[in-house]
Amino acid sequence: MTKMSDLQTLHFPNWCPGCGDLNIWGAFKNAAVKEGWDSSNTSIVAGIGCHGHIVNFVKLNSFEGLHGRALPVASGVKMVNNRLNTFVFTGDGDCFGEGGNHFIHTCRRNHDLTILIHDNALYSLTTGQTSPLTAHGFKTKSTPQGNPDEPFNPLTLAIISGATFVARAYSGDMPKLAELIIEANKHKGLAVIDILQPCVTFNKVCTHGFYQENTYYLEENYDPSDKNKALERASEFGDKKIPLGIFYKTNRPSYEDQILQIKEKPLTEIPVERSSAIELFKKYT
Amino acid sequence: MPKVDNRQEILSVKIGAEAGQGVKSAGLMLAKLAIRSGYHIYSQIEYPSLIKGGHNVIQVNISKNEVTAPRKVNDILIALNQDTINKHITEFSKDSGLIFDSEVKVDTSKVPSNVALIGLPLSKISRETGNSALLINTVALGAVTAVLGGNIVILNELIAEEFGSKGEEIVKVNVSAAEQGFKHITENYKKYLRAFLSPSDSVSNFVPYMAVDGNESVALGAISAGLQFAAIYPMSPISNILAVLAENQEKFGYIYKQPEDEISAINMSIGASYAGARAMTATSGGGFSLMTEGYGLAGMTETPLVIVEGMRPGPATGLPTWSDQGDLQMILNAHQGDFPRIILAAGDAKEAFELTMQAFNLADKYQTPVVLIIDKNICENAQSFPLYDLAGYKVDRGKFSTNRVENYKRYELNPEGISQRTVPGAGNFFVANSDEHDEEGYSTEDAEIRSKMMEKRMNKLKICKEQDMQKPQMFGPENADVTIVSWGSNKGTILQALKELDNVNYVHISWLSPFPSETLSEMLSKSKYILNVECNYTGQMAKLIRENTQIKIDENFLKYDGRQIYPEEIIDAVNKIRSKK
Repeated sequence: MTKMSDLQTLHFPNWCPGCGDLNIWGAFKNAAVKEGWDSSNTSIVAGIGCHGHIVNFVKLNSFEGLHGRALPVASGVKMVNNRLNTFVFTGDGDCFGEGGNHFIHTCRRNHDLTILIHDNALYSLTTGQTSPLTAHGFKTKSTPQGNPDEPFNPLTLAIISGATFVARAYSGDMPKLAELIIEANKHKGLAVIDILQPCVTFNKVCTHGFYQENTYYLEENYDPSDKNKALERASEFGDKKIPLGIFYKTNRPSYEDQILQIKEKPLTEIPVERSSAIELFKKYT
Repeated sequence: MPKVDNRQEILSVKIGAEAGQGVKSAGLMLAKLAIRSGYHIYSQIEYPSLIKGGHNVIQVNISKNEVTAPRKVNDILIALNQDTINKHITEFSKDSGLIFDSEVKVDTSKVPSNVALIGLPLSKISRETGNSALLINTVALGAVTAVLGGNIVILNELIAEEFGSKGEEIVKVNVSAAEQGFKHITENYKKYLRAFLSPSDSVSNFVPYMAVDGNESVALGAISAGLQFAAIYPMSPISNILAVLAENQEKFGYIYKQPEDEISAINMSIGASYAGARAMTATSGGGFSLMTEGYGLAGMTETPLVIVEGMRPGPATGLPTWSDQGDLQMILNAHQGDFPRIILAAGDAKEAFELTMQAFNLADKYQTPVVLIIDKNICENAQSFPLYDLAGYKVDRGKFSTNRVENYKRYELNPEGISQRTVPGAGNFFVANSDEHDEEGYSTEDAEIRSKMMEKRMNKLKICKEQDMQKPQMFGPENADVTIVSWGSNKGTILQALKELDNVNYVHISWLSPFPSETLSEMLSKSKYILNVECNYTGQMAKLIRENTQIKIDENFLKYDGRQIYPEEIIDAVNKIRSKK
């Protein structure tokens, strides 16, 4: 059992008041309490950006890696200890700028991870430059004439790259986000949640109000197993037309499910011993 | 033709053909024939960076005594194409022979007259035996076995082992091809037959040596040391490390993973190690450049990691399939900021095996990355050694626990200087943090904690120097007028040269960080002249020596054409120093 107080660290979040990161933090802790996640069964891997500070505010085993490199670290963790619930906290700059290549390949391999993308469509820790998800024409510190680049769609990218659970959430709806995090963790395979969150300091357009006004949940009878439909709905974006929920969900063996060496137990549960490789040496005689 | 008798120390056979004709496997089979007959071998392979076409050669050096370097000359040249004759026409030894295909039009007019021409219908025999061009190799192997007085039964056994997995028919055809090559020589070239490779007198109870290269040795060392996870992106010249690891993973229970790039390779390995697994990665210089970022991440998070760096000539793509030692200063200095870098360098395949095993213990004990440097010559040239011995090796995981620890602090500042390590899932809270951190691992920018953490990390090098660092090895007489100092694959060449040099010794350096400054100063201060030997342009080892000992070495033999140094070049360099004075 995990109590809310068990997750408390000595550090109070240093995110800006009103930042979506605070909601994601709260929703994740609510999910952890509900599911009993603690340092005996769960590990967090984070990248670098505002999101990465979360390792200081949740008392769970964490690895804070390098900018863009959270996914390979988490993949390494999961391969050798497939019993750990492994969550990756990353941002849109971290995951799709510096880490874009890792994202595609992690989806393709279908590692049994849950990726939570703090998506504010900006580089905010470096004081507000454009990110790969910043809208075309949007003015930032690095694009004073308006962003000349087209953003790409993280959901369709995840689906075509091979992720088997692809969802979008809005940070402000904490109960729904907590449910989604739990469901994503239960999914066997790669789960991606793109979490829309406002940057209250550097983005005066995509505010809480904007997301509350323009998002809606996919219909109850929506079938997430239909890949083409998922691509179609995930491509919707516009005034009052930003869908939330699980766009795509399918069952395909996870990477870890296919590795014979960890069928019985995780490698980390086997003590390291000198191997008697003498028979192998004889092949060279 | 080869007056190859038992008095001659080394007999060198070179096989040359186009890439894709199986030169490497033919050479290795000849090497195994030699070791099973009780001989030592050193094989050197040279090839361009392509799969079909281009010129591939392997030189197999065979001797009753240990042989540790290639030779500039060949006693037998097996030319499977005209190109081989043309390219190696100046390399015939005084009494040598040329084995070639008499069925195709071959121009031997420029071959020196003292070379015995041993033509046999290689393509005809292989066509008639199995209708396969690949059989030419096997016919040639049969032929050279006859010339050397080797035992065809051993060759046939090797063929059965090599081709066994491809089915009985393939074995049968190859055995027949070898036997016909053997027979053709025995019947037509009686006067050239020598009893060089006659199986050892004590055949009944001798254990053959291993013929093993550095890549294989690194993989065998890792497996022996209890490897649990390796992520390695393919790159010449280390790709065969991953081939051996991938092949044996199920049997030995570790995971080999091919990642999307070297950045992922090092980060995956760091993740696996953070989770508690013994982990490694391997690459060459270009890949290491990409890993630079992860190198310091392992240092900052105090995550054990073994990184093998097999050098090839740079910069950029450089000479992908040749050798060099130009990555030394990069590895010593790679990554921003200071962190404890433990760096070792092997001088041959056996050292690569032993240092790989030791690297895992050092990484665990000091909770920091350990780099093992090798080079293309070590990676791909095979040498014979007695069967590797594991008896002296004990796995040491250092201060590591998978249990609950009371009042746990991952980065505890304690008098021993190294903190207790545990794993996620053990129930102990900690953050492995790339930001500067406090004892639990929480991010901090506090000036005092920062200083203490930096001192704690860097102090590991001091402890390592006291407790684990090995002294340089001295070969030859303790007092000499010329001391050669070098590292890496130059070791074998220098040792071979020492056999023909008087009053010369060799100091072999295998610990680069921490550096054995005091012992080295002492060793180098005894001789009249110091000769530094390296395969790079700027003398990177000489710089390291000067930085640590203040000894400025004036005599340098530097080679940076990608080719291995030959013993003759060392002898010349020594003689030049002596004649100057």
